[in-house]
Amino acid sequence: MPLPAFDTPLIFETGQEGRANRYLPSGPPLDTLLPKDALRDNLPLPDNSELDVVRHFTRLSQKTFGIDTAFYPLGSCTMKYNPRINDAMANVPALRDLHPFAPDHAAQGALAVMWELERALASLFGMAAFSLTPAAGAHAELAALLIAKAYFKKKGEPRRNVVIVPDTAHGTNPASAAMVGFKVLSLKSDAQGRVDPDEMRKVAGPDTAVCMMTNPNTLGLFEPRIHEVSDIVHAAGGLMYYDGANANALMGNTRPGDMGFDLMHLNLHKTFTIPHGGGGAGAGPVGVAPHLVEFLPTPVVRAYDADGKDANATGWRETADLTFALDFDRPSSIGPMRSFWSNFAHMIRALAYTYANGGDGLTLVSKLAVLNANYIRASIRDVIDVPYDEINRHEFVASAQSLKRETGVRALDLAKALLDRGYHAPTVYFPLIVPECLMIEPTETESKETLDQFIADFRDIVATAKSDPEKVLEAPVNTAVGRIDETRAARQPDLRWRPA
Amino acid sequence: MYTPHTAQDIEAMLRVIGVDTLDDLVRVPDAVALRAPVEVTPQLTEIEIAERFRGFAARTTAGDYTSFLGAGAYHHYVPPVVGAIAMRGEFLTSYTPYQAEVSQGYLQAIYEWQSYIALLTGLDVANASVYDGATALAEGVIMAVNATGRKAVLISQAVHPNYRAVLRTYADGLELAIDELPYGEDGRTDLSSLDAALADQRYAAVIVQSPNFFGAIDALPNGVGARIKATKTVVIGVVAEALSLAALAAPGSWGADICAGEAQSFGNAIAYGGPHVGFIAATTEHLRRIPGRLAGKSVDVNGKTAYVLTLQAREQHIRREKATSNICTNQAHCALCATIYLAAMGKTGLRDCAALNVARTNELRDKVAKLDGFSARFTAPVFNEVAIRVPGRAADVLAALEQKKILGGLDLGRFYPELGDCILTTATELTTSAGVDRLVTALSEIPARAAARV
Amino acid sequence: MANGVPAGLLYSKEHEWVLMDGDVATVGITDYAQSSLGDIVYVELPRVGATLTQFDSIGVIESVKAVSDIFTPVGGEVVGTNGDLDNNPASVNGDPYGAGWFYKVKLADMGQTNDLLSSEQYEQLIAEA
Repeated sequence: MPLPAFDTPLIFETGQEGRANRYLPSGPPLDTLLPKDALRDNLPLPDNSELDVVRHFTRLSQKTFGIDTAFYPLGSCTMKYNPRINDAMANVPALRDLHPFAPDHAAQGALAVMWELERALASLFGMAAFSLTPAAGAHAELAALLIAKAYFKKKGEPRRNVVIVPDTAHGTNPASAAMVGFKVLSLKSDAQGRVDPDEMRKVAGPDTAVCMMTNPNTLGLFEPRIHEVSDIVHAAGGLMYYDGANANALMGNTRPGDMGFDLMHLNLHKTFTIPHGGGGAGAGPVGVAPHLVEFLPTPVVRAYDADGKDANATGWRETADLTFALDFDRPSSIGPMRSFWSNFAHMIRALAYTYANGGDGLTLVSKLAVLNANYIRASIRDVIDVPYDEINRHEFVASAQSLKRETGVRALDLAKALLDRGYHAPTVYFPLIVPECLMIEPTETESKETLDQFIADFRDIVATAKSDPEKVLEAPVNTAVGRIDETRAARQPDLRWRPA
Repeated sequence: MYTPHTAQDIEAMLRVIGVDTLDDLVRVPDAVALRAPVEVTPQLTEIEIAERFRGFAARTTAGDYTSFLGAGAYHHYVPPVVGAIAMRGEFLTSYTPYQAEVSQGYLQAIYEWQSYIALLTGLDVANASVYDGATALAEGVIMAVNATGRKAVLISQAVHPNYRAVLRTYADGLELAIDELPYGEDGRTDLSSLDAALADQRYAAVIVQSPNFFGAIDALPNGVGARIKATKTVVIGVVAEALSLAALAAPGSWGADICAGEAQSFGNAIAYGGPHVGFIAATTEHLRRIPGRLAGKSVDVNGKTAYVLTLQAREQHIRREKATSNICTNQAHCALCATIYLAAMGKTGLRDCAALNVARTNELRDKVAKLDGFSARFTAPVFNEVAIRVPGRAADVLAALEQKKILGGLDLGRFYPELGDCILTTATELTTSAGVDRLVTALSEIPARAAARV
Repeated sequence: MANGVPAGLLYSKEHEWVLMDGDVATVGITDYAQSSLGDIVYVELPRVGATLTQFDSIGVIESVKAVSDIFTPVGGEVVGTNGDLDNNPASVNGDPYGAGWFYKVKLADMGQTNDLLSSEQYEQLIAEA
């Protein structure tokens, strides 16, 4: 299903001045309202009819590939179906139009949404508490490392400044560490693609602040000795941080809290079906063990029972009888991380999704995500290298190394050939430790028929690479444009339209 | 539940994999096995979910009030065309457009967003968005620190208090010092100490916001930007109300090298604080230090115009600990909503909208100031917010207004103890003259004892 | 020049070349380095006046999707940089030993050159790579 190839002029190149404003009464001339030197001289923006605006953006949407278009096996990104009930709930006017400075008594329902979601996440992942504040995973990493920094400062150990990350880690891990002045120590994975406790023992020490890991790791492999790693880091006085990028693999089966993690984040836009929206907005709640709760960013949602006492709950509970308040007065907190309290519309979506599944449903979600990934691996392992050919979790890594040696066709070429067949490409060249890497994550929302068709197409592409490699090397040819001159884009940056 | 598997599917797939049961696939060592059952939510049908959310909505009563709240989040008219187009599944369910050949539409939309922001701010380039206004400011400060090698910044107290608080949070990590410039009697930043502060060239940046937190137009006066730059210090202009850019002198024209702002006003719901959409614009000199994604125009193998994410070597997935920022996910879909909004409103619509905001706010200020005991706290011209001095404590006056189903604004004492008798009140194109009159009447009727409790 | 490695220059193990003129060294990257990096899109150079320590990371080279550190082969004060690289980073690919030079350093200590490789030694290094 090729995407349309027609050209769409920039919105700035269409329209006529005076064609717009059908929405408001005309305003008085600005220079009758404000001093002239406060005003801008010109506003070089286009006026288009509403129909022309609709056509412009509809055409752009037709040249954009989404989960709604077709199968999207993008490893590490959890591109699962985004249920529409989530958006409908986020669009309920009382919640959608609620102002963040509305008094708590007029925002009880919104606070209940946040509290219910927070309690459910705490139980599901084995944390004492979550803050829903961070806007994305990287933002949550920053919050977590600031929490660690504040924790060590309070403990009188301000010199702890080393963050240990496995070499399979996401790039945000080292970048976040740098933003709090921590040094990064990269830990080499063992031959099975895992963190070796013996290696960890060699590096963990009095300067260790945090060890950042994900489990399953970015190869899609479970770290079976994670509790040993946690014990080593804890014995050295450090904290364990769980990168929740791969949380879709383990819900209801095992919990970061039970593995010994002290801090974690979740990408609600992965596991909890918030639409990725072309790269955001996301949401990255940050979770902590009991000894770190006092450092959470402000504000925190507090719940009180009918007697005005703190409502304690380990997990989710009904909230009709509770009263809520935003708590800004937290002396040990790292402070606020953003303008306002959370990406609230996404908290609505995540809670709606949690309701749609319940605990048992979420457990099944993870099992089926693992099933789908293993099914693809088992169905293509005879035609492509699978460097870690064992039971994986929600994703796995294949490699085009042998294929490249035999035919010259690289991982990137396979990715582009998949685009021609109407699929989104897998993640390529990540994690960095596997050469010619293709990282495939089907998610649980894909049917066996979809997977079977993908497997057949993938096998056919590999067969074509062997019989007629040129055909694969020139892909994509069915897309709106062919391969793009990225060197030119970077050497002569053209990042905006300018008036003639 | 959104999983399509039948029992037969599962069985057939397990056979291919070579394991007997689903539990065999996900088995973990006993040491990390689940210790207690999870307490999540009951599983509900869609009908039941909608019922729950009707309950949440019923407990969220702010919509029953006439609101004059603003302070960084604004109620504006959003033409339905914005939602209708932005919610198309292709836009909503796409990932970051790394596979450019199948993302040309979104990439072009981002390029258009960058163009709109560059044009509105009067600067050379803008990024594909950051989380919100406060984090835009923090990221802008990091740019200035990297540009100058200096580890301190000077920020006006009239910058949004939440933005300053977030900057302090980030500064704890980066180990930056933050000094403040006071606000003056007119409600603008008091620049009288500026030259002395700049003398030893220790600041990476001077930061002002316009319109500032009090609503006052607070662009740097003529020549001040040049004086700051002469000390190799970066000027950061903050914009918390992007609609003002349609009317007011662009930050680039009054000396800003970097503009950090919030564009929620462009077609995005307030949604109790998020998602909103931050932006960063800058002069070309700072291009390589801009955080996050940038869409660029290039050509494909056949010479056809094509868009692609570019200058990626700045970013965390390549430069890792040396990246300009750790930002990965941004606010693309909010930026898309803003782009559709800007296209639909057009130049004419934006100008009219901005003018209506100023007119309604002036009307509100003038009518309230006629009341006995009430006055505008500051004299500087405002955009769509004004600080009103009330007789007695602002908190008491606001509580009395709530009794009359009015959210009168923000108690400035919450952030400025010395302004505990002031309310920050906002009027936009959605504010009606009748609404202003309701507020004025309610204020005039507040029992003397509520107003007099100092 | 044999195998593309010009004689008369000194080299580092990190694939930089050094041309000595009195106590001033001109620094760039070798042909071998530019071809393994691919299309170079940006070079971040030290500032004139900065003091460099030999073998420290003092800048970066960006290709489209990779970043490499520049480990300065000599220490001392930076006395000049190649401003043309901002507009024409392609010259590093096209003419690495000429128009694609990076910066000039006034050496703090001439003895540093003893830690560098001759063209023959560098040729051997890349032959073994």
